[in-house]
Amino acid sequence: MKGESILELKDIKMTEKQWNSSTKIWTEQRGRMITLTSVSIMIIIAVSILYFVASKGFSTFTVNKASIIDFFTGMQWKPSTLDDLGRPIVGALPLIFGSFAVTLLAAIICAPLAIGAAVFMTEISPKFGKKILQPVIELLVGIPSVVYGFVGLSVVVPFLRENIGGSGFGIAAGTIVLTIMILPTITSLSVDAIEAVPMQIREASLALGATRWQTIYRVILKTSLPGLLTAIVFGMARAFGEALAVQMVIGNSTVIPSSLVEPASTLTSILTMGMGYTVMGKAENNALWSLALVLLLMSLIFIIIIRILGRRRVY
Amino acid sequence: MNAKRADRLATIIFYAIAGFIVLLLAGLFGYILVNGVSHISWKFITSPPQSFRAGGGIGPQLFNSFYLLILTMIISVPLALGAGIYMSEYAKKNIFTDILRTVIEVLSSLPSIVVGLFGFLFFVIYMGWGFSILTGALVLTIFNLPLMVRVVETSLQGVPDAQREAGLALGISKWETIKKILLPAAIPGIVTGIILASGRVFGEAAALIYTAGMSTPILDISNWNPFSPTSPLNPMRPAETLAVHIWKINSEGLMPDVKEVSSGTSALLVLLILVFNISARWIGKFIYKRMTAS
Repeated sequence: MKGESILELKDIKMTEKQWNSSTKIWTEQRGRMITLTSVSIMIIIAVSILYFVASKGFSTFTVNKASIIDFFTGMQWKPSTLDDLGRPIVGALPLIFGSFAVTLLAAIICAPLAIGAAVFMTEISPKFGKKILQPVIELLVGIPSVVYGFVGLSVVVPFLRENIGGSGFGIAAGTIVLTIMILPTITSLSVDAIEAVPMQIREASLALGATRWQTIYRVILKTSLPGLLTAIVFGMARAFGEALAVQMVIGNSTVIPSSLVEPASTLTSILTMGMGYTVMGKAENNALWSLALVLLLMSLIFIIIIRILGRRRVY
Repeated sequence: MNAKRADRLATIIFYAIAGFIVLLLAGLFGYILVNGVSHISWKFITSPPQSFRAGGGIGPQLFNSFYLLILTMIISVPLALGAGIYMSEYAKKNIFTDILRTVIEVLSSLPSIVVGLFGFLFFVIYMGWGFSILTGALVLTIFNLPLMVRVVETSLQGVPDAQREAGLALGISKWETIKKILLPAAIPGIVTGIILASGRVFGEAAALIYTAGMSTPILDISNWNPFSPTSPLNPMRPAETLAVHIWKINSEGLMPDVKEVSSGTSALLVLLILVFNISARWIGKFIYKRMTAS
């Protein structure tokens, strides 16, 4: 009797084990493998983008022997011609200046508008804000950048030409197009940041006798400041990397312009224009890859800034 | 009384900002639609473009946009599901997960032109595929993936923990719990996210000009063999999308009606994205209603 029951127990155990190993554990393993493969593919993509763009971008300095200092300080962008030392002339300062100029100006104009709209949507008239402003802003996020570029080309550029002068193409036009483009991004992220401020803090401030404006200005904006800054940096990152809309309205002249309505250029605009007309492996093509590398590094810097701001967020 | 006056003034300013933005947006939409919709006709959306004469359409571009979108989604949805499930259900709190999050963040913040150039370098030149729909779809997948992974992850996170525990308590494995319980519950959010991402993919141009190309070969609509070079379904042929078409004709178009064609195409793009947005909400709600008791 005793022996039999032990045998039975063993049998059951064995079959259970077999059953487990053949189906349950195996399905579980398979599921884990499938998901792990997917994330590994993402890592491979990211690493290969970094590797390919970096190796191409550095070849201007390693293969074509251009100097890095000249690249960041030189005023002349003529990568197809060589200087006295046989190095391509790659002074990217006008392009870098153009990129930073449109990005910063767009952020400066856009931030008060976007944060104002966000405050309006959360604090002043949530009903109107949620019903009308929010859907429209969400829709704006989806409008393709070429459409913004086209509207800029057919409305903003002629308007600037007739009212301010110059050709109309330039940093001013680029700034206006980018401002409208990043407005929805900054607004919706600011709304999130302001909504994260706990209700008690508002109530405490109002209970102390503060007016709504005092509450907004001294309490809400102050506590949500890291979040608002993150929103602005996100907008700037988008503006900095935007290619076609800017390329259509900025005029694409590789000099630092004397006014905001004179043609200028950005990293992305020269990159978009040039890539189709250069031959892989030549100095002028490598120079373009260096611009792409600068763009990539800038997007990494934006991420680092966002990370640092994120650490400061209280709510 | 000073504080009260400041409050009143601030309120007026906030109303002014909101009003200004509403006007700006209304003006933008109005301009695009009023100028463009009158150019949209059946002939416009079916006939091929003209290089030198007026009266060209955008038929092939419209087809290319949809074909590219479908291919992109076929590649990116399974990948995003896998990665999103991993991030939501399997990822532990360790360095590997931190690295993963950073990778997703880096991928999502890359300028689309940089992603496009990577695709140009790797698929077009290195792999030798040339400007092709497949290259375009792979690049759009890279561009789209981070957003989709986040959509899947947040949708799964939104499923209550009680459902996870219930699945495990029934003795089914974790993967089965995910497949049979969590994914169905997260479907409405995932579908909404996929459709919204489609809108983004549909309007993308910078990543495509050097990957899917800026031209479309002469197509024979009756040819359904995907291996034939004149077939619209051939994934190895170059394909210009609507968004790329707008950019191309504005920078180098020679036809006299560049402005009219661009207005029409812009309006069509905006209308289609409007359809994407509205249907995303509507379909998400519909599935939610069908799948839950509420």
